[in-house]
Amino acid sequence: MSTDHDMLDVTVQRGSADHVHHDRFQVPARDNQTVLDVVTWIQQMADPSLSYRYACRVGMCGSCAMMVNGVPRWTCRTHVKKVTVNGKLSLAPLRNLPVIKDLAADMDPFFDKWVAAEARHHPTRGRLEEFDPIKPDARDRVEANLGIECINCGICYAACDTVAGNPDYLGPAALQRAWTLLNDSRDGDRPGILSAVSGKGGCHNCHSMGSCAQYCPNGLNPMRAIAGLKRETVKAALRGKRDA
Amino acid sequence: MLDLRLYMAQRLSALVMAPLVLGHIAVMIYAIQGGLSTAEILGRTQGSLLWFLFYGTFVVAVSIHAAIGLRVIAHEWLRLRGAALWMLTWGICAALLALGFSAVFAVTLP
Repeated sequence: MSTDHDMLDVTVQRGSADHVHHDRFQVPARDNQTVLDVVTWIQQMADPSLSYRYACRVGMCGSCAMMVNGVPRWTCRTHVKKVTVNGKLSLAPLRNLPVIKDLAADMDPFFDKWVAAEARHHPTRGRLEEFDPIKPDARDRVEANLGIECINCGICYAACDTVAGNPDYLGPAALQRAWTLLNDSRDGDRPGILSAVSGKGGCHNCHSMGSCAQYCPNGLNPMRAIAGLKRETVKAALRGKRDA
Repeated sequence: MLDLRLYMAQRLSALVMAPLVLGHIAVMIYAIQGGLSTAEILGRTQGSLLWFLFYGTFVVAVSIHAAIGLRVIAHEWLRLRGAALWMLTWGICAALLALGFSAVFAVTLP
């Protein structure tokens, strides 16, 4: 059944942090249409000043993430038909982040927290040395595998109510990456990672509400990773006390 | 706002509280079953080191646990931070200790 004659009632958040307003657009509804298609239609056919961000259009880069009817989603992988409520669509930039303009959120705080969580590789050997072989079925490797498909899209960060309540909280993505590195025998700064995720914005702030796992488009479970970090930081602290 | 230290304090106090809560409920049910009077209850608790330790430990664990829990809520919902947050945490802890120990002393001191 063609729905070409139907129109979508789309509300879009516009402006930046100091001046937010909402514009409404009537967009032609199609049988097969993603939310990103709708945003692109608005920019090309209705208002060329609309700012938004996308790159790959196939769910690989994560840059088109935004709030769709209040839920964080990759717009390129979200069919309009599955999310419209009575033909209405509401679009806003990713939650928990500053807004640059319109639908483009400022990802800087998100990536700053990856660095703060020591969620970066700490090399142990130079390029001329042999690298440490890791068996695919090793326990650490299996655990790390559960988290390494993260593409830093920020969906979990936008979904997290703990981030909303506690701006210092490092967030699910950064902590999950810290956890995958902690399970990587080639990473050389285990104490550094454990210390970085134990501060006032660290993993212990997680209330295990699970929005990160609920909304991750890649089906990852950062909550599990954070629980692992809690376990390892406690173990390390107890060991430290015993050794002291 | 929790760091490792506060997280451990809250988990460890929960660990202490769990058996004490069960003991407390068991005592309450036992005390009302046979219709124990106030005088009979006080007769057993006053001068008892065991009951003092039981409820004294309970009060300490509750004070630590509740102060940290309310601190998190105050930070996330009321946006309290810094010195105000610490004052609130210690204030709640001190108030619960005072209230709890006044009750413990009242029923266990000979």
